[in-house]
Formats: sequence, C-alpha cells, structure tokens
Amino acid sequence: MEYLGWDQVETGAILPSFEKEIEDIASTPREERDYAPTNSYTASVADWRVFKPVYNRDICIDCQNCWVFCPDTAIISKDKKMVGIDYEHCKGCGVCAEVCPTNPKSLIMFAETVDNEEALASWPEKKKKEK
Amino acid sequence: MAEKLELQEVEVWDGNMAFAQAMRQAQIDVVAAYPITPSTPTVHGYAKFLADGYIDGEFVTVESEHAAMSGCVGAAAAGGRVATATSSQGFALMIEVLYQASGMRLPIVLGVVNRALASPLNVNGDHSDMYLGRDAGWIMVDAFNAQEAYDLMLMAFKIGEDLSVRLPVMVNQDGFITSHTAQNVRPLQDDVAYNFIGDYKEVNPMLDFSKPVTYGAQTEEDWHFEFKAKQHKALMDSPKVIERVFKEFEELSGRSYKMVESHLMDDAEVAIVALGSTVESAVQAAKDLRESEGIKAGVVAPRVFRPFPLTGVQEALKDVKAVATLDRSAPGGTLGALFNEVTAAMYQSSNKPVVNNYIYGLGGRDMTQADLKEIFKEAKANADAGKLVTPLQQFSGLRGPKLSFFNAGDMK
Repeated sequence: MEYLGWDQVETGAILPSFEKEIEDIASTPREERDYAPTNSYTASVADWRVFKPVYNRDICIDCQNCWVFCPDTAIISKDKKMVGIDYEHCKGCGVCAEVCPTNPKSLIMFAETVDNEEALASWPEKKKKEK
Repeated sequence: MAEKLELQEVEVWDGNMAFAQAMRQAQIDVVAAYPITPSTPTVHGYAKFLADGYIDGEFVTVESEHAAMSGCVGAAAAGGRVATATSSQGFALMIEVLYQASGMRLPIVLGVVNRALASPLNVNGDHSDMYLGRDAGWIMVDAFNAQEAYDLMLMAFKIGEDLSVRLPVMVNQDGFITSHTAQNVRPLQDDVAYNFIGDYKEVNPMLDFSKPVTYGAQTEEDWHFEFKAKQHKALMDSPKVIERVFKEFEELSGRSYKMVESHLMDDAEVAIVALGSTVESAVQAAKDLRESEGIKAGVVAPRVFRPFPLTGVQEALKDVKAVATLDRSAPGGTLGALFNEVTAAMYQSSNKPVVNNYIYGLGGRDMTQADLKEIFKEAKANADAGKLVTPLQQFSGLRGPKLSFFNAGDMK
C-alpha cells in the first residue's frame, strides 16, 4: 500500500472494507469479494500464533459453535457446513477447541510446529463416561 | 414524534437544567450516561424529558463512565447525534475513551460540570477535571453562568458536527456555583433551537451496510503520526467554524460570544486571566477597584480553552503591563496551565507584560472579592515596577503561612 501524507489519510482512520458499495455480501464467496486494501482480510496474522487449532472433519457434527465463538471470524463455514480454519487470520486463542462439544473434540490445539497430518494421525480416542 | 415544550421568555434554570434543556432541543439520538455529582441533574433531567415524550431517542444506562463514553463512541460511529455529561472522577474514568472519540473524529458532545479530583474526596467545583482533558483532542469551551451553559451546549453540536470539524466538544461549567444556582436563562423555542443546530450529518456511519467500515484501526509507526497530525490540524482550524457559529448564534439570540472574552480591557493596565464563574467575580472586583482606587483593571477569559486562542490572548493583552493568571487546579509540580499558555502567547507578542500565577479555589474554596482585589493590586505592583516583584506562583485563599514558589529574586 502507498504511504500517504497527513493531508491524504482518511479522517479518523476510518477504513473502508470494500472497494465499492456492496449488496448481498453474505452470499458472495470470500474469494470473489472486492476487498479494499485496508480490509484486514488481506492482512496475515498467522505469525502471531504459537498454538493452532487442527480440524477433524470425521468427528465434526457441524454444530457451528466454533463459528459463533471465534473472535476473529477465522472459522470457515459454508451453508452451515464446517470447511476448516482460516490460518491467515487465526491467532491461536483456542476458543474454538474449548467450545467444541464432540467426543473426542473435532478441534484440538496443537503446537504450530506440528504438521496437520501428524496431528490428525494422533487424534485421541472417544472418552468413556466416568461413573 | 417528540412533544414540544413551550418555554417562557425568561426561565429560571440552574446550569444543569440549562444543559438538559439544550440537549433536549438538540434531539439527540443516543445518550449513554452514568450519574456523578454535580452533573447528575443534567442527565437526570434529560432522561425525564425523554421518559415524558419530549425526545425521540435512546437513553442507555451503563455501569461506569468508561462504558458511558464507550457507548457514545459506538452510537456516534453508528451514525447518530450523541451526548452525555459527567464530572470529576467520572471524567477521569472516561479519559481513555475521550482520546478514542477524538481520534475517530466523532462529534460527541460532553457536558462537564467541573469538580475537584480526589484524593481527598471532594464534590465541589474546581477545574481539575477540565485540565485533565486538555490534551484529549476535544474542542473545549467554558460557560461562566447558566445562560452560557445553555447557549454553548446548543452551539457545541453545530460546531463539532460541522463537516470541516468533526471533533468532539466539551462544554464546561463550574460545579454547584453554576450547575446548582438558579439563574435567569433566556432560551430559544424548540424549533428555533433545533433549526439552528440542524439535522445530524452522517459521515462513514457503521449502520450503512452497503459501505462497511472499520472504526478504531490499529496504526503503528508507519501510519499513526499522519492520522494524529491530521486530527491536530482539524482542531487548530476549528476556530473558523467556532467563530462562524458564534456569529450565527448572536444573530439569532443577540448574545455575543468570542474566542477570548474581554471585560474593561480598553484602557486596562493590569488584567486577570481566568476561567469559569470566577470571571464574573473578577469583573466585579475590577469595577470596584477602578472606582475605589483608580486601578485600571480588566479581565480576560478564554471562552475556548482548546484549541487555545493564542493570538486572541495576545490581542486581548496587547496593551497591559501586568497579568495575573488564575488556575483553579493543582498543577502537580509546575506553574498553572493558564500561566503557561498565556505566558507562551505573550512571549511571542510585541507586548511583554509581567505575568504571575495564582492557584485558587481548589475543592470549591470561595474566590472572594477581597482575594481578587489583592491579586489586582499585586499585578499593579508588578506593572509599576515593570518587572516581577511578587512571587511567580502564589496560593490565594489558603489558610496557614503564605505559600509561594519562584520568588522574584530567584529569577535568573
């Protein structure tokens, strides 16, 4: 982005999200949206992360809990079906894994350095109810 | 539709009612408020008008002043006319959000009923809270009586919401002395007052879903400076709009306001510079001293404290020989703010009067006529000597041994 002078910057640092006026943005796929350069969609915060959530499609029940609770809209869901994690915007807070209700969880936090395939291969078994 | 109130030509209102009535006439969309003495009756009065059907708007009761100003920021960003009121500790709690409001260029109006800051706890009037907010990037105007509180509260919306300003505005009045003293106030009728302010003009409203925007962006060393410079420029340029609004208001009401108010200054040799209700007391003392002792005394009062009217102060003090600057706030280890501002202005002026500083009236201590006359006489002594013969900073109206700092002989 071009560095602007004080006389050129937007009053109050109010940043537009899209290049033009939008309509029906909800049904426009992310990749087709006309994001402005000032939209944080184009800014990666991936390197903030120390732990990452890994998503296991085989266990997920598409309850959308993680999607509701994610503070950075980094859960990608389409037509109420979980797709996965937006690793460009996920900061690794762990809220999604915490609120995941399945047994075992469908979202588990792993160290950023662990490969996702490796993480999925080491997924825990279903826990038995303790009496 | 909001009901209208038929107002008398002359109403008997205290400063808080003056604030509440002007806020009612402005037809604010959202007031988010938390009560605190002595500003409580402003928002209480406003809430009653709203409950009784005289306002179409929302009143949000919140859990603290930090939340009150946060609610105001949210509502203003959403695209509404917004105001609240506070005092003292509540003002202090708002401080973080005051900087957010000015940085986001949201024209929120804040009624500040000035009160001392603890500790020790005190509910009475001084200017500690006003001074605490002076770097927050808000336009700050000061009312010296209830009429001015009403007038300036109306004008605050028109000034802050102007498209070339878009800055929040604080309207100050003295706690109790002004806020709780019933005085004659000549209001405008509802339609006249509302039409003077005009409809709210939205700028980048968050509720425009066709143009989503981010408020409160993070900017680091590569962008922050430019935004803050632009904000400062808007504040420094705002007197053009402030003076235009003052003029339009004068045409409507007959009441004149200036960036810097001057009283008895045409031939004055010595002047007091002060804020708040002390201004009227000082004018009385100046009149009396002119009669009794022939001292050519005058009074200068910045109507607008931020942006500071530097050239207006130079103009007002261009012919005086000595100036006494009165600060109603403990300056915490230096000279008072008015002393610093006035002295900086006069250092660049062709006239260089002797300037000294008085700290007075903390926690609502009365500023008496005797105190004010003594200050004028000391200014006269400085004027006659053509140099500082009094201490640079003194405490006026204080019990115990005379307290002063930087004696005349200590000046290097």
